[in-house]
Amino acid sequence: MELAFLFEKLILVTVLFVLTLSIAAYSTWLERKVAAWLQDRVGPNRAGIFGLLQPLADGGKMFFKEEIIPSGSNKWLFIAGPSLALLVSFLGTAVIPFGQNIELFGKTVPLQVTDINVGILYIFGVVSLGVYGIMIGGWASNNKYSLMGAVRGASQNISYEIAMGLSIIALLLVTNTLSFKEIAEQQHSWHWNVIYQPLGFLIFIICAFAETNRVPFDLPECETELIGGYNTEYSAFKMGAYMFAEYINMFVSSAVMAVLYFGGYNYPGMDAVNSLLGPTWGPVIGVAVMFIKIIAFIFFFMWVRWTIPRFRYDQLMDLGWKILIPLAIANIVITAIVITVVDKL
Amino acid sequence: MLMESLSGRRKVLEQKPMNFWERIYLPAIFKGMGITFMHMFKKKETIRYPEEEREFSENWRGMHSLKRDEDGRERCTACGLCALSCPAEAITMISAEREKGEEHLYREEKYAAVYEINMLRCIFCGLCEEACPKEAIYLDGPIVPADYLRKDFIYGKDKLVEMPIDELEALKGAKV
Repeated sequence: MELAFLFEKLILVTVLFVLTLSIAAYSTWLERKVAAWLQDRVGPNRAGIFGLLQPLADGGKMFFKEEIIPSGSNKWLFIAGPSLALLVSFLGTAVIPFGQNIELFGKTVPLQVTDINVGILYIFGVVSLGVYGIMIGGWASNNKYSLMGAVRGASQNISYEIAMGLSIIALLLVTNTLSFKEIAEQQHSWHWNVIYQPLGFLIFIICAFAETNRVPFDLPECETELIGGYNTEYSAFKMGAYMFAEYINMFVSSAVMAVLYFGGYNYPGMDAVNSLLGPTWGPVIGVAVMFIKIIAFIFFFMWVRWTIPRFRYDQLMDLGWKILIPLAIANIVITAIVITVVDKL
Repeated sequence: MLMESLSGRRKVLEQKPMNFWERIYLPAIFKGMGITFMHMFKKKETIRYPEEEREFSENWRGMHSLKRDEDGRERCTACGLCALSCPAEAITMISAEREKGEEHLYREEKYAAVYEINMLRCIFCGLCEEACPKEAIYLDGPIVPADYLRKDFIYGKDKLVEMPIDELEALKGAKV
């Protein structure tokens, strides 16, 4: 029994790991394609059909480039930075439920690595660790631009984590649980949380952009002012690790948004589909729906990137502290009042 | 005090403080995203180069070709005027005298035994074709292709001289 359990989890972790890697790799391809489409271009189309081998070519390039460790840098921290960024970005997927319990070979298998009852706190902890990769890398480079990028990354993440946490508190008032699995189950069929928490979702998605360092909040790595920001001194695979970590973060935050606000694997009419297809193929459709939602969010991240210019640093801080945090607090108060009134009626 | 506008085109911009909707950025962001989204369905401007080619203009100057006359003889007489006129010093040649029995190969009594153009030096100005008294050189070819080594950019007669007429006919016959 124990062995079977370990084996099941091992398979799940491996599948998830490979899936995360390939989604991150193909995000780089999609990013270039989306950029091209939005700019009336075609995008990469030389490596394989539709340029589908482009991520492999990029990865190969990253591996075979010369790896430079600047002489003035702190060597261990310089290596630790990208390693930490990559490691931490993988941890987030552990608590995300990708589907309902599925019947496989006469066994009920949950499509979630672990359903800890403080899943949201776990995700928060892991995501806020992500900024250490940037800070350590920027500090260890011993370069003014890198340091500026790292400082910006740290201050931005701290400011936006507050608003993000506050928007989550309002969501928790609605859901009454911190477990991702239960939150996903509560949003059965069309009862998605975004209907009850539209403002909370708006705040959350803005903060998600800031947490993943995506445009319009990509101040830690703005090419124009900081020559690449915290990764100025990085080359070859360490540079690739930072880039990869960014795309994995994007995948994780898309998954979190899909589960918390857009019903995860739930979709209208899922009961009918489940009774039609049975306990094995029904959840598979749910997993497909989950991934459609995740990819839609990833596309949204990219769409925004190729539309909006970067915020100025003071605008970023104004938006975070003077607008988003008061809005999030107001959201909590309104949600609490509405819940109390509805309960009393 | 503001100066009088001499051109009459001066505009005084009013810097109004942003109103509420402008301050929360979101309406402008959604409008911009709508615009970029519509661009996904527009016709792409890209020309996939090696497969597709942009149409060249009438007076496009590309790779040189050394011409033959109506009997298939090389027109060049190796006078060197093209090399002299070349501002980039891209052309060199070695002349030779026509032997008996070579009348079907070369039109004039003197011909270019070696004729080389360095495509890395050439600026495609067309002064050589203007200088040529025998109408032997024209820049009517395609784009000079890329290559890996400098020496491969020095084009000799094997690449420059027009195909003999009978071979050209044979090629056309094969295509039809």
